[in-house]
Formats: sequence, C-alpha cells, structure tokens
Amino acid sequence: MTSALGLLNIALVIAFVSLALGQVLSMVRLMLGPTYGDRILALDTMVINALGLVVVIGIRQGVQIYFEVSLLIAMLGFVSTVALARFILRGDIIE
Amino acid sequence: MTLDVIATYATAVFLLIGSGFVIVGVIGLLKFNDPMTRLHAPTKVGTIGIGMLLLASMTHAFASGDGSLHELLIMAFLFVTAPISANFIAKVNIHSRTCEVPPSPSRDDTWSTLKSPDLDQEIKGGVQE
Repeated sequence: MTSALGLLNIALVIAFVSLALGQVLSMVRLMLGPTYGDRILALDTMVINALGLVVVIGIRQGVQIYFEVSLLIAMLGFVSTVALARFILRGDIIE
Repeated sequence: MTLDVIATYATAVFLLIGSGFVIVGVIGLLKFNDPMTRLHAPTKVGTIGIGMLLLASMTHAFASGDGSLHELLIMAFLFVTAPISANFIAKVNIHSRTCEVPPSPSRDDTWSTLKSPDLDQEIKGGVQE
C-alpha cells in the first residue's frame, strides 16, 4: 500500500505541474495570439485547465465538495466561449 | 494485493495519462503556426485530458470508501460542448479570413457560413422599407 500511495503522490505532483505549465503556456498564446480565434481558444483552454486543477485538488484532499465547483466552471467556460465567439461573429450576443 | 491497492495504482496511471495529454495539447496550442491547426490541438485537453483526470477522481473515490459516479456528469457535459465551441471558433477563423476559405457549394448556396441566402436579404430589405 505504501508504494501505491507513493506512486499516487508522484502522479499528483506531475499532474499539478503539467496543469500549471499548461496555464502559463496558454496565457503566452493569449498574449501573442495574432487573431481573435487564437485568443478565444487560449481562454477556453485556460478555463479547462482550471477545471483540471480543481479536480486534482479534490483528489489530493480526498473530499467530494469540489464536484459542484468543477461543474459550474465547465458550464461558465462553455457559455463564455460561445458568447465571445458570437460577439466577434455578429457584433452582438443575443440578437 | 487487495482491491484498494489496485484502485490506487489505477488512479495514479489515469492521472499520468491525463496530464500527458494536457501538456501535449497545450504545447500544440503554443507551437503550431496556423489558426486552424492550433484549433485542433487543445480539443484533446478538453476531452481525453480532463476525462482521464475525472476518471482518476472517480477511481480514487471508490478506493477511499465512498464511491461516487457523478463526475460522469461533468464528462458528459464536456464531451457534448467541446465540438460546439470548436465549431464556433472555426467560424470565427473563417469569417475573419485568417485561414483558407472553404470552396463554395456546387448546387445549393444556402449552407455556406460566408454566404447569406437570397431569402434572408429579401426579408432584410422588406423590413428596412
């Protein structure tokens, strides 16, 4: 059991590091991004990475209360991506 | 080797697979040099990467006693909404002419995203009068 827990701790550290690096790299793309589509895509990726960070924090602490947080982040991320894309496409969100 | 140990190992393996997909997708977002190509990479983050992390969360909940399946709800929501947002971003790329514009359809010209059908223009003109 101790070796399994050690492997789980190492995997948790690797997941935290890769998700945080993903946030940083997609923020670089958000600042560079030559077109509007790249910026929307980078924001969508950052929302999804934040969702992954919340899920991994939930595994690390061993509690279930982060489920509602991640569900809300997923819904808000989808709605904000569609709203941004629609604003650039049509100049208005709800016509 | 009891069931708890196997579930803990499975959690660790799912976490490693998920973080691998996350890092590969984000590197693709940063390194590719065409907007449509860049659109292809981070969709793997949204589906396989986060799906594996949620699977690890479920497995860990079963290993630690009180099992729960309601991470499947987030997984289903992400799998449903990922193609929709990717389609919207692709339409943004097409409309801002940052990629190669798709060819116009041969017979019917009402489906293309760049061309509005004649009926809509007639309705618009009618409203303005």
